[in-house]
Amino acid sequence: MDLLTLHHLTKTFGGLTAVKDVSFSVDQGAVVGLIGPNGAGKTTVFNLITGQYRSDQGEITFAGARLNGLRTHRIITLGIARTFQNIRLFQQLTVLENVLAGCHYRMRSGILGAMLRLPAQQREEREAMERALQELEFVGLGQQASTVAKNLAYGDQRRLEIARALATQPRLLILDEPAGGMNEQETGALIGLIGRIQARGVTVLLIEHDMRLVMRACEKLVVLEYGGKIAEGPPDQVRCDPRVIEAYLGADDET
Amino acid sequence: MGRFTSFTAALFIALMATAPLFLNAYYIDVLNSIGLYALLALSLNLILGEAGLFNMGHAAFYAMGAYTAAILNTRYQIPILWTLPLSGLVAGLFALAIARPVVHLRGDYLLIVTIGIGEIVRIALINDVFGITGGANGVFGISRPDFFGFVIRQPQHFYYLIWGFVALSIFLFLRLKQSRFGRALNYLREDEIAAEGSGVNTAYYKLAVFGLGAAWAGMAGTLFAAKMTIISPESFSFWESVVLFMIVILGGAGNMAGVLLASFLVIGLPELFREFSSARMLVFGLVMMVMMVVRPQGLLPARGR
Amino acid sequence: MPATWRSFPFNLNYPGGFVEEFLQQLTNGLAVGGIYALIALGYTMVYGVLKLINFAHGDLFTYGAYLGLTLLTSLALTDRLGFFMGVLVLALMVMGLVAVLGAILERAAYRPLRGSPRLSAVVSALGASIFLQNTLMLIYGARFQVYPDNILPVASLDLFGLQIPLMRVLIVLASVVMMVALYLFIQKTKIGAAIRAAAIDQGAARLMGIDVNRVILLVFLLGPALGGAAGLMVGLYYGQINFTMGWVYGMKAFTAAILGGIGNIPGAMVGGLLLGVVEAMGAAYLSIAWKDAIAFCVLILILIVRPTGLLGERVADKV
Repeated sequence: MDLLTLHHLTKTFGGLTAVKDVSFSVDQGAVVGLIGPNGAGKTTVFNLITGQYRSDQGEITFAGARLNGLRTHRIITLGIARTFQNIRLFQQLTVLENVLAGCHYRMRSGILGAMLRLPAQQREEREAMERALQELEFVGLGQQASTVAKNLAYGDQRRLEIARALATQPRLLILDEPAGGMNEQETGALIGLIGRIQARGVTVLLIEHDMRLVMRACEKLVVLEYGGKIAEGPPDQVRCDPRVIEAYLGADDET
Repeated sequence: MGRFTSFTAALFIALMATAPLFLNAYYIDVLNSIGLYALLALSLNLILGEAGLFNMGHAAFYAMGAYTAAILNTRYQIPILWTLPLSGLVAGLFALAIARPVVHLRGDYLLIVTIGIGEIVRIALINDVFGITGGANGVFGISRPDFFGFVIRQPQHFYYLIWGFVALSIFLFLRLKQSRFGRALNYLREDEIAAEGSGVNTAYYKLAVFGLGAAWAGMAGTLFAAKMTIISPESFSFWESVVLFMIVILGGAGNMAGVLLASFLVIGLPELFREFSSARMLVFGLVMMVMMVVRPQGLLPARGR
Repeated sequence: MPATWRSFPFNLNYPGGFVEEFLQQLTNGLAVGGIYALIALGYTMVYGVLKLINFAHGDLFTYGAYLGLTLLTSLALTDRLGFFMGVLVLALMVMGLVAVLGAILERAAYRPLRGSPRLSAVVSALGASIFLQNTLMLIYGARFQVYPDNILPVASLDLFGLQIPLMRVLIVLASVVMMVALYLFIQKTKIGAAIRAAAIDQGAARLMGIDVNRVILLVFLLGPALGGAAGLMVGLYYGQINFTMGWVYGMKAFTAAILGGIGNIPGAMVGGLLLGVVEAMGAAYLSIAWKDAIAFCVLILILIVRPTGLLGERVADKV
């Protein structure tokens, strides 16, 4: 079953067409990779899905709901969570507070609840705290809950972003270059983590340049070049596609 | 809280609680001024320190509260302290109305716009808008606050009223800080895109914190009107907004202890060195420049910086 | 605090019909607008290169007015050189001195903060503004200072039957000349091209061998020079000056820069002239008491409706 469907999506910036008539779908429970050379429009596609950009043409549907025109926080509440290419953590806040951001929208209490410390607010806080700690344990940062985010090692910062995204309890997790800046060992651990996320029943869509990760973790690949889709299919098939070899692996050998 | 901070806090509270016993009326009056500014700065700290929204028109909200209280009291004989919630409400609603179209503006643009709003409000007050603000002369003859039959008149009575309110505000704001609402403000300050991308309705929280901070400033305005018994547009000039902005930044945006400390320094010190008072603003200007190079995070930075 | 910042009431009760009054207001608006435009250029150039609102720019303008007054009275230039030459030499001296002040300001308040968060630079700019203002107050006192009126010719120019004060004509002419000169400098010279390049992309400009620090210094010389000239003009036009006037003029000039599109040099010129005329008309036909609020309302409206200004281009934020 399709969880996410992109239908003839187009986005231009000024005179530049960043995404051109792109269509693909992500099956429920799958791990799908979006690959392509730098500047192919991959991150723009992500930004269109999560509402940071508005598409000029085309339609995005998620679990039957149309996402076009919705504000980002609404899209998140529908069950999509994401991480960012250039890590966007709340640098001055603790690891735990970062993850609590993901719990935010499932909580209810406001100004009065907080000032009066109503029982419902107290219970809600306790539950959010537990959920956040669980997610930290899940990505392996359980020991560092009270560390300030900016003091984390680079790889840990990436994992913290994943924990924050998971805390929203998404059905679809979007990862933008999760292995960026990671060493071989960290990448190996990341592949394991993606597997465990999939095992939780979360669908994963990721951008990645590390071909070993893509080949091992993904069941399906979508290849973009100059904003347009040039191939789609299982990794082994895409790897042998002459257009992909020419456009991507051949011209811009990053593996 | 560490043992040292607990001790400092306890000492401060004990000193403040007993201050009227060993200080004369003049110093009590200085402390009252500091208290009012502390209250205003704490309310601005929610907007500027916690949420990172550059508001340099806070005096406008202060003025809304003060004028609401003064007009209700002098025209409709409503006891001044009874107007407290209404002043807060009027200032808060006013803030929501004006912030709605501009709050999405980025950093320094918002700063400029809030300066403009503060000025428009002041000019409106001078021009006796709706014929109720008394023009440049302001509103006078505001009655003394009456606390269940006890008329607050002397400085030490005001002292407990003002600092009591400061204490209550700190108590409530501390709770707010450790809550979903407080955290959302911090997310906003740290990274708006990441906040929105984590499911936080950033537009809502920007508005909400403007409303809350303004409402609190409005209530501070009521206390000011009650203390002065006369208010005029001069008290709500652009410089009041600058001084408040300065207190929050110098103290350490997002840290209430820092904001308190800076209130004492910025408002209290010039009183102690009155002979240099003409050079006061000059020194402030210099301190602001030097601080940004030497210690941009403020005297007592919020945790983690 | 002595700092209630009001600008100057202008008394233009011209006898005569509606058309005459309208034209008087129009020319007055153009003169004030020229002054706004000159100050606005300083904001817009600094913003273009550094993405910083130089809050102290309005105070450099005030320094122009005060330096002009001091030099005018102490050197008696107009007595020695005649009115036109005297004022010309005076203007050049004022522009040079304020330009040096601008460079010092950049060194002291902004260069140490290059690369710091935006807020730090904003606060430092405010601090510099307060410092500059209060230095003036300590030197000259808080009261209004008056330009000697015996030096200036009170002559009017007869333009198709319309009597226009000579000073007003001179201000419009001088500001237009300076704006055109600046525009040509920016568009036609190599240094101008370097400024434009640094405004588009500092990193790329640096890679192309442009010394960005020198560009920034240049911008902090040019802008304040024009602002200082504007200060002198205000002194000569209205005859009285105050140490806080830089805030009002600065805010209005900034509004003009936003109106035209911040970072856009022709935009600052158009914005300044437009704002001057709108304000003069508003004060004349709507309400003089609300004169100072007009600019702020324009500012807020433009930021709500079209934050990129009249001539600005839309730039997408990068996620």
